[in-house]
Amino acid sequence: MSKKLIKGNIALCEGAIAAGLHAYFGYPITPQNEIPAYLSRKMVELGRVFIQGESEIASANMVMGAVVTGKRAMTSSSSPGISLKQEAISYMAGMELPALIVNVQRGGPGLGNISGSQADYFQAVKGGGHGDYKLVVFAPNSAQEMYETAYDAFDLAEKYRIPVMILSDGIVGQMMEPVEFNRPDKKEFGEKSWALTGCAQREPRSVQSLLMKDGALENHNIKLQKKYAEISKNEVRCESYETGDAEVVVVAYGISSRIAKSAVKLARKEGVKAGLLRPQTLWPFPSQAIAKLADSKAKFLTVELSHGQMVEDVRLAVNGKTQVEFFGKAGGGIVNEKEILEKIKKMKLGS
Amino acid sequence: MNKILSKPESLKEASLSYCPGCGHGIIHRLVAECIDELGVREKTIAVAPVGCAVFAYDYFNFDVTEAPHGRPPAVATGIKRTNPDKFVFTYQGDGDIAAIGMAETIHAANRGENITIIFVNNANYGMTGGQMAPTTLIGQVTETTPFGRDPKREGYPIKLCELLATLEGTTYLERVSIYNPKNIINAKKAIKKAFQCQIDGKGFSLVEVISNCPVDWGMTPLDSIKWVEDTFIKSFTLGVVKDKIEV
Repeated sequence: MSKKLIKGNIALCEGAIAAGLHAYFGYPITPQNEIPAYLSRKMVELGRVFIQGESEIASANMVMGAVVTGKRAMTSSSSPGISLKQEAISYMAGMELPALIVNVQRGGPGLGNISGSQADYFQAVKGGGHGDYKLVVFAPNSAQEMYETAYDAFDLAEKYRIPVMILSDGIVGQMMEPVEFNRPDKKEFGEKSWALTGCAQREPRSVQSLLMKDGALENHNIKLQKKYAEISKNEVRCESYETGDAEVVVVAYGISSRIAKSAVKLARKEGVKAGLLRPQTLWPFPSQAIAKLADSKAKFLTVELSHGQMVEDVRLAVNGKTQVEFFGKAGGGIVNEKEILEKIKKMKLGS
Repeated sequence: MNKILSKPESLKEASLSYCPGCGHGIIHRLVAECIDELGVREKTIAVAPVGCAVFAYDYFNFDVTEAPHGRPPAVATGIKRTNPDKFVFTYQGDGDIAAIGMAETIHAANRGENITIIFVNNANYGMTGGQMAPTTLIGQVTETTPFGRDPKREGYPIKLCELLATLEGTTYLERVSIYNPKNIINAKKAIKKAFQCQIDGKGFSLVEVISNCPVDWGMTPLDSIKWVEDTFIKSFTLGVVKDKIEV
């Protein structure tokens, strides 16, 4: 199997292409610029569609147009650009369209800065746009996972007819790592019973989120919630490292989980029973895995490049059964393993 | 007995939700007739706007998608680029196309997207109750210009066809109206020509249809038609604004 040293952002492109990405629409913003730059050449060479839109808003709506016909399409951006895409994301959630949206997070709020950050967690998992909706949110922590997640995202999106977000960050996106291209080029995409393809030999179809008839929207929302419950049951992904006997479990995703893992290893060297639980899907969230560990009275330390967002979901999962602490930095600050180690040791001493 | 007129196949059996005397019904019919005559119904994917025509999918008998307010040209771009063999048009109002969606309109036009836009200009926001539109005439009273549109306060009516004509990416732009049978026939010719432009792969086409909105204008249907003839088209001159189909 071929292995290549590439940036996380490029790995993501390769995963999407292997999955049969038909069209990419995007707008420049750092630190995701490798994605449109790479695809502007690659997609054209492959005879597929690449458009640099006039804005993030337009790009996200171009994705809507492509996926409503059943084609695989994606857009990517970084934090402020994702805010602009929320309009289309809410529509696509309502229209049940399987799009892929990639957020290579930078510092915020506002224009912020171009450093890696994890401050868009709430926006991604709590619904950044209007209405009761959910996205499946993946949080890869390596170039390899950027590749694999981008590949898997489309199948999942189409299985449930739901927009999927990959919530990455400027560090995972830009660091270079060896990537094994372990996914076959997808060639068969199957018929979609809902796609707009022209009404030859069938009744016309429409795809919409506007439901004005009495009770129609209420029923649609109930249907969406059932779908979300189904996804919560089937699609949670998380990785556990040394959690079996852990007295302190660190919960971290994306780039923080890499640093947290080093801290856990250091702790173990010093005889402190630490472990790591890494959500690979932020929604659905691995609440059950956390609740189970909470039953064993392990304490939790949530580490994020934010001032505490995912920690709220950890607390909900723990439900008061044990102690939950938070450690994080935002706006370009990066936590380091020694700092995390100190926190782990302090929590252990507190017992 | 010979049947000389029937409902186009491209229209569903449905009662329109438009107000009495509104021009949308006529324009829907013209669009449907053209699609029937060009034989593209089964490969049509249309884009409905936010505005009075938001329910277009309930009336048109072909595939239709919704789009957020102002974004139909971007949605149509996504459809057409991934399905170049399909027939793609948007149906939009003045607020949708020339206010909130101006960027999407200009850039789709500038890229020379091989799509068609049917732009219904009735000089106000109909769906929301008659507020000022980008095309509201100077002095025109609306819900949000109670003293009449004053250019010092609200700027000038936007002439979209003329604006788009400056872009190299546009192929065919015409402004028509539907206030009498002669103009309705002319409007149909323009719509058919714009559709043919797309079918022939000649690029971006747009037909601006000057229409009436009797309820929000506070007029009877007849008075509203008279206002179109006497006032509206004096400001928005009818005719071909750009035609490089033969070039």
